[in-house]
Amino acid sequence: MAQPRALVLRAPGTNCDEETAHAWEKAGAAVEVLHVHRLLESPGYLASFQVLTIPGGFSYGDDLGAGRILAARLGALADVLRDFHERGGLTLGICNGFQVLVKAGLLPGRAIKATITHNDSGHYETRWVRLATHSGVGPFVVDDEPIELPSAHGEGKFLTASERDLTTLEAAGQVVFRYIDDQGRPTETFPANPNGSPRGVAGLCDPTGRILGLMPHPERFIDPLQHPQWTRRPSANEGDGLRLFRNAVAALR
Amino acid sequence: MLWHLEIRPANDQDDRQGRRLAGEASELGLPGPWSIEAGRGFLMEGDLDANDVRRAAEAVLADPVAESFVIEPVDRSNREAVSIVHVLPKPGVTDPEAESARSILTEMGFHVDQVRSIRTYRLKGPLEALPRLIRRVLANEAVEQAVVGALPFDRLGLGHPYRFQLVTVPIRAMDDEALLATSRQGQLSLNRDEMRAIQDHFRGLGRDPTDCELETIAQTWSEHCSHKTLKGRIELQAGDQHRVYENLLKETIFAATKELEKSGAIDWLVSVFHDNAGVIRFDDEHDVCFKVETHNHPSAIDPYGGSNTGLGGVIRDVLGTGLGAKPIANTDVFCVADPDMSPEDFPPGVIHPRRLLKGVVAGVRDYGNRMGIPTVNGALVIDPGYLANPLVYCGTVGVLPRGMSVKQVLPEDRIVAIGGRTGRDGIHGATFSSVELTSESEEVSGGAVQIGDAIVEKRVLDVIIRARDAGLFHAITDCGAGGFSSAVGEMGAELGAEVELTQAPLKYEGLSYTEIWISEAQERMVLAVPPDRLDALVKLCCEEGVEATDLGRFVPTGRLTLRYHDQVVGDLSMDFLHEGRPKVTRRALHQPVPFQEVSTASAGDLAADLLAILSTRDVASKEWIVREYDHEVQARTVIKPLVGVGEDGPSDAAVVLPVRGSTRGLAIACGINPRYGALDPYAMAACVIDEAIRNAVAVGADPARIALLDNFCWGNPERPETLGHLVRAAEACRDLSLAFRTPFISGKDSLYNEYVHEGKTRAIPGTLLISAIGIVPDVRRCVTMDLKGPGNFLVLVGVTRAELGGSLWAQVRGAAGGRVPRVEPADALTTFQRVHQAILRGWVRSCHDLSEGGLAVALAEMALAGDLGAVVELTKVPSDAEAKEHDVHLLFSESPSRFLLEVRPEYWPALAESLGTIQAAIVGEVVGGDPPRLTILSCTGSPLIDLSVSVLKSTWQRPF
Repeated sequence: MAQPRALVLRAPGTNCDEETAHAWEKAGAAVEVLHVHRLLESPGYLASFQVLTIPGGFSYGDDLGAGRILAARLGALADVLRDFHERGGLTLGICNGFQVLVKAGLLPGRAIKATITHNDSGHYETRWVRLATHSGVGPFVVDDEPIELPSAHGEGKFLTASERDLTTLEAAGQVVFRYIDDQGRPTETFPANPNGSPRGVAGLCDPTGRILGLMPHPERFIDPLQHPQWTRRPSANEGDGLRLFRNAVAALR
Repeated sequence: MLWHLEIRPANDQDDRQGRRLAGEASELGLPGPWSIEAGRGFLMEGDLDANDVRRAAEAVLADPVAESFVIEPVDRSNREAVSIVHVLPKPGVTDPEAESARSILTEMGFHVDQVRSIRTYRLKGPLEALPRLIRRVLANEAVEQAVVGALPFDRLGLGHPYRFQLVTVPIRAMDDEALLATSRQGQLSLNRDEMRAIQDHFRGLGRDPTDCELETIAQTWSEHCSHKTLKGRIELQAGDQHRVYENLLKETIFAATKELEKSGAIDWLVSVFHDNAGVIRFDDEHDVCFKVETHNHPSAIDPYGGSNTGLGGVIRDVLGTGLGAKPIANTDVFCVADPDMSPEDFPPGVIHPRRLLKGVVAGVRDYGNRMGIPTVNGALVIDPGYLANPLVYCGTVGVLPRGMSVKQVLPEDRIVAIGGRTGRDGIHGATFSSVELTSESEEVSGGAVQIGDAIVEKRVLDVIIRARDAGLFHAITDCGAGGFSSAVGEMGAELGAEVELTQAPLKYEGLSYTEIWISEAQERMVLAVPPDRLDALVKLCCEEGVEATDLGRFVPTGRLTLRYHDQVVGDLSMDFLHEGRPKVTRRALHQPVPFQEVSTASAGDLAADLLAILSTRDVASKEWIVREYDHEVQARTVIKPLVGVGEDGPSDAAVVLPVRGSTRGLAIACGINPRYGALDPYAMAACVIDEAIRNAVAVGADPARIALLDNFCWGNPERPETLGHLVRAAEACRDLSLAFRTPFISGKDSLYNEYVHEGKTRAIPGTLLISAIGIVPDVRRCVTMDLKGPGNFLVLVGVTRAELGGSLWAQVRGAAGGRVPRVEPADALTTFQRVHQAILRGWVRSCHDLSEGGLAVALAEMALAGDLGAVVELTKVPSDAEAKEHDVHLLFSESPSRFLLEVRPEYWPALAESLGTIQAAIVGEVVGGDPPRLTILSCTGSPLIDLSVSVLKSTWQRPF
């Protein structure tokens, strides 16, 4: 099948578009980076892609809360986004992109009210985290091997309006990534969980699994040299983050 | 109608902000305790009813899960309790949140005219101490206003129409006293000779200058823009030697670079000392550039805004280098007084170092992270001399395609301003930074402080790189100090320029033509655009949401002509502007500090000394700072600032990959140590150059491909002793640059770092920051400083001498005197080369430089980063006879040019042979152990230090 086409959507303040495009290329997709204002001018253009990515950064400065303004602007694209999703398109939101997807109501779905808010620590935090992965729903994750990724954010705590909602999401297999401690157990404790997200939620998908969002940055761990401990370890072939992009491309081929 | 939307954490959510502020109040020793409920919110004015405001809050302003809100009309008749404090930006201060809110609400169809952000605090505590709480914790009155109780206004009016009136300054008729008064009252910072030169010039022209002309000259001639001291004549008396420099920088630092280039020692310089940043060749297709700037005075008054715009400014320097470089890494170095000092006994107008440090860190964080540029390297220096004058250095590294490093303005090019709008912010920044601070500075100079809006600059970055690649402009520079006056004045220096000031887009009404011309509003760049590409540029800017404005044209008149509504408001000869300043002559005096033996008699428990040094803020972990910076955005950072098994050890330098897909890297490092300077400025400069290079080499940079930046921060150079001290440092820069064949490629000075209160002056210690970039041929060969494996040898390279002068050991023991570490350039260079070869060949498992705290601290850091122990015998340390006399020298001496290597036993013979004449020895071995311990045996074989690595680590990680 033809090479899948991935769109990396940037807005003023997006700053991970270049490395996200690189990750898709490395995984075998054809990539285009597009300003959201162009897509707002020509919404139909989205139909020529199989993947939509909203990368990390500070869209519109996150001036009204992380991802809030871009989410509001995407409101004008609700119809094309729904069409895109219904015909099998994959949507990936990383960090600020995850925040956007949640604030736009595209995640977690099931009409569950949720948000991503300030870290419990009250400040921005950059650190590598270990994540348990949960396969089964959607194409992005195909095994349950833990992975390591860097995270860097000030607002990463996933909150639902009620505890019950979170249980519903867990039961449906939508909690795809969780922060884990040394023992491999999901954790709410700093620093293994950098933001205090309840039950260690680091990333989740919609009920179809075709919309995925996560706070850590898979596009920053494509090459083993990007790992903070590569000088201590035997050399690896590729970074853990690349798998996510490869899995998506494989599912579309 | 004016509405107040107050947003608070939802009932089940923690009020983190309120708790943090209450904690800060108690940290600062304010009367208390305070209980603080913190809310954020907006003041919104427009054709809105309560329902509109509610819909806006639900749609976009408040978080639906984590927050709740209340809406109230603002009415002067409101009676609010005195226990409520509102804090909002002063009128005209940049308010990005409000601007974003206005913009998205308008787009969503709300009739909103003006918005301002506001924070509201509900307080319980000793209300009689409220003014102090407001001043020290809740608000920064340089840029914010605090209102206790009800808001005293019911509209957000801002600015009023400006009525044009041409102002001339009658200087032709003035006597000296009047000239000086004019300079002082206008905050022009021009001295008598300069005012006289201006007077003579205008007498010759037969007219008086306009205010705008006088301001333009003041900006251009300021110390900040023209570096008149270091480029001026200096008569140095050093001991009984007399020497005259006609241009200190040219004859020392530039001269060394030129000589290295001329002799053929280096052939990879691209553009040095004339653009906004120094440029060197990186590979066959790319150049890299580097610049470090200071923003000291603004940071002293508003730490957050000062460092925020300091970083924003140096990023623009890189954007404005050549035809525009893409920023790929930032650095920051802070010099402050002890953050743990008592909150009592403060000079007025001075901010406590703890609050200051937190503020400058937050400022760098918010600008760097938002720009998407990793902040990867830095340092922290503590000295009481920085109490009233903190130093805030920010640096940026950029990459640009080869062949893009040259710019040339052509006649008829349009003068195009892009980026942020012009407001009254930052008026007189250039002249303000050229005078001493006083206890009243906050009041008189508040206008010189600016708040940045990083996303505006990010948009500018996006546009510039695209416009550059499309060939849409001939030249570019940033609007820094002096605003348009400096940017256009510099770009048009060779030709001439005509500017129509009415064109400049303004944030609000009411700016005079002079204010437009000299405003230092942030996030603006000036481009020279060929007329036939103007439309394409404007279209591109429009696509990226960047405002682009045609301000005029460059013309071959040799004149700078300014118009406002077609009326000439300034017409200066470029020649007079750039060459007319009377040359400054200053006297410099250097008296060597008499040598005084350091007393090692006070040496007692050396293990306790090691722990004391590890807990000094200079050495202790900066993890709390580093982690607030996104040091990995752009996915280029392959040697991080934090390394080791816990990802928390102190890396010697960072390494980034400037070109995606290539393994050629760039190491970024620095050296700084004002303690040596107090004893010998020449030795200090030599040592910090050595340190910057050493740090770069330690991770894998090629010592033959390292370039340096100098940043001189000193006190008032009109005092001969202060200038003499600086001159000696500059002389060392020349000598070491030549000896190491390591060129300086750019630099900057910041003088007058003094604070005057009630006639008493506090000056900073003369401080030289050396920043280095070095090519790493293949990053897969890089090494880090954390111990890797039990059984490996620990090899100390370089000689340890009895050099405790200015050391941290002397500081923690309160021991005066001692010999300042001295660089032996020939040995140092060979050491750098041999260590680099060893790293290239894969013989080195880990490498750490020896600096503050000497061998003991280096060992402790390597152990705690690797969570492994070591056993070391001091008797094996290569050292001179004097150092052997006392273990304290072997442990804590700060002799430069030394490295500690971890080497697999099988590689030792080859390494030993390769080191040749360089002194090196196996001083010990890496050991495991549960828990691991660091054991150091004295020359007599007794254990001097035997500490568990976890104790070392917890001491070093002392919480901030």
